[in-house]
Amino acid sequence: MGYEILGLPLIYYITMVAKTVAVFVFVLLTVAYATWAERKLIGHMQVRIGPKRVGPYGLLQPIADGLKLFFKEEIVPAQASRFAFLIAPLVALVPAFISFAVIPFGDTVTIAGYQVPLQIASVYDGTSMRVLDINVGVLYILAMASVGVYGIVLAGWASNSKYSLLGGLRSSAQMISYELAAGLAIILVFMSSETLSLHKIVAEQAGLFGWNIFRNPFMFAGGIIFFICSLAEINRTPFDLPEAETELVSGFCTEYSSMKYAMFFMAEYANMVTVCAVTTTLFLGGWHGPFPPVVNFVAKVYGLIFVCMWIRATYPRYRYDQLMRLGWKVFLPATLLLICGNAVWLLVFP
Amino acid sequence: MALNDRAVQELKEKFAPAVLEVKEFRGETTVTIRKESVVEVCRHLKGLGYNLLTDVTAVDYMGRDPRFMVVYNLYSIPAKERLRIKAPVTEADCTIASMTILWNAANWLEREVWDLMGIGFTGHPDLRRILMTDDWVGHPLRKDYPLQGPDREPYKGRLS
Amino acid sequence: MATTETMTVNMGPQHPSTHGVLRLVIELDGEIIRKITPHIGYLHRGVEKISEHRTYHQTIPLTDRLDYLAPMSNNLGYVLAVEKLLGIEVPERAQTIRVIMAELTRIKSHLVWIACHALDIGAMTVFLYAFREREKIMDIYEKISGARMTSNYFRVGGLSKEPYAGFERDVQEIIDTFPGHFDTYEGLLTENTIWKQRTIGNGVISAEDAVDYGITGPALRGSGVDWDLRRDNPYSGYENYAFQVPTGTNCDTYDRYKVRMVELRESVKIVKQALDALKPGPILADDPQVCYPPKESVYNTIEGLIHHFKIASEGFPVPEGEVYQGIEAPKGELGYYLVSDGGTKPYRMRIRPPSFVNLGAIEKMAKGAMIADLVAVIGTLDIVLGEIDR
Repeated sequence: MGYEILGLPLIYYITMVAKTVAVFVFVLLTVAYATWAERKLIGHMQVRIGPKRVGPYGLLQPIADGLKLFFKEEIVPAQASRFAFLIAPLVALVPAFISFAVIPFGDTVTIAGYQVPLQIASVYDGTSMRVLDINVGVLYILAMASVGVYGIVLAGWASNSKYSLLGGLRSSAQMISYELAAGLAIILVFMSSETLSLHKIVAEQAGLFGWNIFRNPFMFAGGIIFFICSLAEINRTPFDLPEAETELVSGFCTEYSSMKYAMFFMAEYANMVTVCAVTTTLFLGGWHGPFPPVVNFVAKVYGLIFVCMWIRATYPRYRYDQLMRLGWKVFLPATLLLICGNAVWLLVFP
Repeated sequence: MALNDRAVQELKEKFAPAVLEVKEFRGETTVTIRKESVVEVCRHLKGLGYNLLTDVTAVDYMGRDPRFMVVYNLYSIPAKERLRIKAPVTEADCTIASMTILWNAANWLEREVWDLMGIGFTGHPDLRRILMTDDWVGHPLRKDYPLQGPDREPYKGRLS
Repeated sequence: MATTETMTVNMGPQHPSTHGVLRLVIELDGEIIRKITPHIGYLHRGVEKISEHRTYHQTIPLTDRLDYLAPMSNNLGYVLAVEKLLGIEVPERAQTIRVIMAELTRIKSHLVWIACHALDIGAMTVFLYAFREREKIMDIYEKISGARMTSNYFRVGGLSKEPYAGFERDVQEIIDTFPGHFDTYEGLLTENTIWKQRTIGNGVISAEDAVDYGITGPALRGSGVDWDLRRDNPYSGYENYAFQVPTGTNCDTYDRYKVRMVELRESVKIVKQALDALKPGPILADDPQVCYPPKESVYNTIEGLIHHFKIASEGFPVPEGEVYQGIEAPKGELGYYLVSDGGTKPYRMRIRPPSFVNLGAIEKMAKGAMIADLVAVIGTLDIVLGEIDR
């Protein structure tokens, strides 16, 4: 066949780079325009106009914001732990982006005679006619989400500011608590799909009633719980306690300025995109739908992002202990019960 | 004015030596009493139904003796009547018993009187300055305190 | 062996939810508040001291700047106190317009309260909705007095000028549209699970404690004390209007929220009744010693000019005596204690600010709670630092 490097065809490398770049650009643009969309959407919900000065409909606002933050003065508080203070934004940002490596945004497509799966970390095996991706993709996502917490905790600790510390502590407690419930909700998906490979999970969800969320009532409740827990994990309203502006000024990023602040900001929105993508993959049938696969996937992700913003315009904020109670006393037992219920369901209707 | 009449009557009977003056002006009753018995009088009035301590303040009658007048505005929520108790305080012994044992509302109000008028309240749990900074010298609402602050020309005012 | 110690956090004077320049030094045990030490006075301008050096009319603009969210209520309390001291009667039309403006002021102040209270708890949308409506009242303020906030509209003996043409139409529009807007806020908050979780059981203060701490206004009614100065010691003709005085039962932030929401609607009802009762007539008392002459005579006759000059420069003598006038301001009982020595300036003016006394109970209400609760308590007390610090 063609030219090979290390036993793999050249097209493998080309498509890999192309996929990585395309996904990275897509996520970056989505993150940038999610900020614009959020301001515009919430603006209209709150009888305001939102950004409109920079470019038509304020479309260049994210770029202007980025430039502004880029040229702002870098401030490191004198009493801060310098290394941890500088590394924290990176620790928060990188996991948010690399989670995307395992998310399938389409089925395989044929390019120049090669089957190319639309998922970064995967390869098409011609002999077995199967897409080989990371067979523990879900665990990888959970792991990355957990690593992201360290960025926030580090930021809170390294800033040597009381508000930051409180914000960092809140966030670590919150993320750990909600990861449990979210992880248990994912078990529902495993039970139905009997695989950990994200590609296979999506491939099984063909047709509207094939979507995991519509499989049975337990999956439906589990999907909703998973999405709510994800909101809590990424610190979105009504769970935005780590940076609760009216209580902790800005929480963990109180002392951050310039690009370091921008990185936290990007991490927050990148996390939102990731979480919406994961929810789509696990529960909403991934690329399946009436349109071309990638369009279906993107539309579902954007729909969920809209829901996130809508919730933000509607709900007040939880209190710390109420949040914990919700996580440990409501969602955790609820997901456990759902797992039992789902098990029975699967036995009765195999 | 039923409760006010009754209160004045009882004060005159039970605290006869303490009551200095009873005055009616524009439908408001003011009872001036000796400062030594102010807590006793107010305790009695609280029992009569004057349950709300609306205000504690002081007036500086510079040039008169006694110079200060501490003013308590009491209100009875059940009877919806207001009664004013005043107690003269001399400049030499510029203290009066604190009302915090009867009403917690007196805490901040008395701190303010101490801060701005310089009248001490004995038995107050936390007598610090409240509006001015902790290291402020002088008591601004006293009549001999210049309007524009210490070490400044006295205010002449415009057109007056 | 590890030891634990509390963390002292300095909240304010610059902090998003201390409503101005309130500074609270809080001792935290984790998220639990062990001690609160409020520090106030950052906005102290010495209004009481300045007023001793100004004529009675010159003091009215100073009162605008006390509770700057409810300037006309402050004006009203002050002019009522001076009128009481003078013993003059205010014409009916002026009284009615005062009631309309005072109630619009109450709505305006409560709108800022619901806006900031909701924002503190995280409900951002209500904030902008309430400010949109507040702007309508600000427009009336600007048209009637020339200023959006520092109105200086009332005068001793009446009003500074006739309301503009179209005033009644503007007020009618508010009567027609505002109840619907209040429904919108309530739709977003009243039955909202998170809102209820955050406010029910928060900042509880029993009726006895509330009276003990001198709390007045909606905060006291939220604790179940049925007391409203407008009804119980009516002034400016409030006895002519029918309105409900709402009270709470659970003494918590949610009940205070509901009390204020009912008050908003009751205020609209009072405005409606007052507007119906509004009749043409004089807007100043017939007392040339005290009241300014009409502008036409000031501009066109020498007698009028001299008359105006005398009152503006010299003021008017006020009989010797002392009065206390309390009014039901949006935040509680606003009292003016005026002492006159017979001259043209107040000998002593004492302002009894509702926010100051209400804030005194903050440690009682928020001790042992969490930081998030403290923010809710600050919101529910509805404090304004301009009034606290004077």
